[in-house]
Amino acid sequence: MGAIWVYAERTAAGVAPVTLELLTHVRSLGQPVEAVVLHPDGASITDALGAHGAARVHLGTDPLFADRLAQPAADALAALVCEHRPDLLVFGATYDARDVCARVGARTGAAVVANGTGLRRDGDAILVDSSIFGLTLQVTTRVGGPTPCVLIRPRSFVAEAGPARAPEILPVVVAIPPEHQRVRRVESVTAVETGPKLEEAPVVVSGGRGLQDPANFRLLDRIAELLHGAVGASRAVVDAGWVPYARQVGQTGKTVKPTVYIACGISGAMQHTVGMKGARHIVAINKDPDAPIFRLADLGVVGDTLTVLPAVIEELERRVG
Amino acid sequence: MAPAVQVIVCVKQIPDPSGAGRLDPETFCLVREGVEVVLDPGDEVGVEVALQLAEAAGGEVTVVSMGPEQGMDAIRKALAMGAHRAVLVSDPRLRGSDALATARVLAAAIAPLGADLVVAGTESTDGYTGTVPAAIAELLDLPALTFAKAVAVEAGTVRIHRQTEVGHDVVEAPLPAVVTVTGGATQPRYPSLRGIMAARSKPVDRPSLESLGLDPATVGLAAAADRVVAVAPAPERAAGTIVTDDGSAAARIVDFLAELKVI
Repeated sequence: MGAIWVYAERTAAGVAPVTLELLTHVRSLGQPVEAVVLHPDGASITDALGAHGAARVHLGTDPLFADRLAQPAADALAALVCEHRPDLLVFGATYDARDVCARVGARTGAAVVANGTGLRRDGDAILVDSSIFGLTLQVTTRVGGPTPCVLIRPRSFVAEAGPARAPEILPVVVAIPPEHQRVRRVESVTAVETGPKLEEAPVVVSGGRGLQDPANFRLLDRIAELLHGAVGASRAVVDAGWVPYARQVGQTGKTVKPTVYIACGISGAMQHTVGMKGARHIVAINKDPDAPIFRLADLGVVGDTLTVLPAVIEELERRVG
Repeated sequence: MAPAVQVIVCVKQIPDPSGAGRLDPETFCLVREGVEVVLDPGDEVGVEVALQLAEAAGGEVTVVSMGPEQGMDAIRKALAMGAHRAVLVSDPRLRGSDALATARVLAAAIAPLGADLVVAGTESTDGYTGTVPAAIAELLDLPALTFAKAVAVEAGTVRIHRQTEVGHDVVEAPLPAVVTVTGGATQPRYPSLRGIMAARSKPVDRPSLESLGLDPATVGLAAAADRVVAVAPAPERAAGTIVTDDGSAAARIVDFLAELKVI
């Protein structure tokens, strides 16, 4: 039986959480697990990769991997795949990995399954679960062909370290041609954030178009402050420039699984719900009684967010203030 | 004078996103019959960015699309917004194409056009796969700048603000290049009446798979290595309580939060 490979990512903050989630899950599938990490500081995360299940780590430390996007990593990964032919290549659905995955698939002729939320074996077959059409349909895909590629959404699995073990390190040496070094990251800008991180907060209060004006996000800020939560947003208001991109919950934003998700003036388009459907409890406030968000809500309030939210703040201040 | 900049924009027709999508229970392909199709709203942003870049550089915009005949409506809309011409690859053998096959077709249609820039939406609003533009870039051996929320071209270099988990990166590459744009990149214009009239007489090229040098065995359902083996309704969340606000909703919400011990 061949190996399952996980494309491991190292971010400025260390190993990407999704990488550890994938390793944890993949090690339960009963096949050898290997990781590929392509980053100048990749050596700093190999112990974590080993502890989460990688028996072998293919490690490439060319400085080009740091600031030249997608193509150097795709070159290295495609060469490794052609040499070793793993059974499956698994990526986290992050901005960087999605581009690398698409290029590797195109280069090797492998099929790509995107938006996976589950990965399992059925005899010899590998099945990927994903959801489409606003999460109303669950699709199971049997991957086929040589070394298929699968993109799994972050937070689909829970990361858990196994016994600590040092993985075998296999150096990756690849010559990146100059024409594949053309996309250069020249600057990284971090949006200023206060309070708990969106992905980790036990309570997320999110706003959409129903808030009518960017200034009304102050209401959400206050509720988040009172509940020690974080403020999220729908794509519509992020695209409109009301709040920074880092606040976006959904397909192109973050996936959150808080204890409570409070959706304020959000209709519940698929783009948004894929990022919050995993919340343990959902409260929705929307003036449209037919808004799809109400189909997900444990408690739905049909009403004007701009009337309900100030009253919620008043009530919270009275009880906890 | 520098030669005119050639901007390509990839567009997709999708089932009206306000309706519920369906899959054929036999083939698991998207049901297109009897479903209103529209230009993907994400692609409207792509068209707008393409038009702005071409207008700034004195260039022209070519719309490239793959899909059934109904796709003409989406193309006409892009032409009505101001694109100069279009290429539609339509063939029954393309039905069931996966993302890689789609990228093969679009790349083959784009290759002869001598593009300086290829613009696409980050992902479609129906499938959300999001791997087609990067695969096109790979097949054409072009750099790709993705998840752009701002795009500018200057002196042969394209520079974008690329969305990240924590903010944005400034990313640049020399032309030619592929750029994918997010919904926030710009506000798409409405087609003018004059634009709608003019769109009717703009040229639409209809190349065959053969003329694009495509092997039919590499596209369509037959070429897809993955097989959808089951489609089922997603498990419903248990029905919740829906109340109409009569002034007591706030207290009710706070009671619920207290019950969940997050206060």
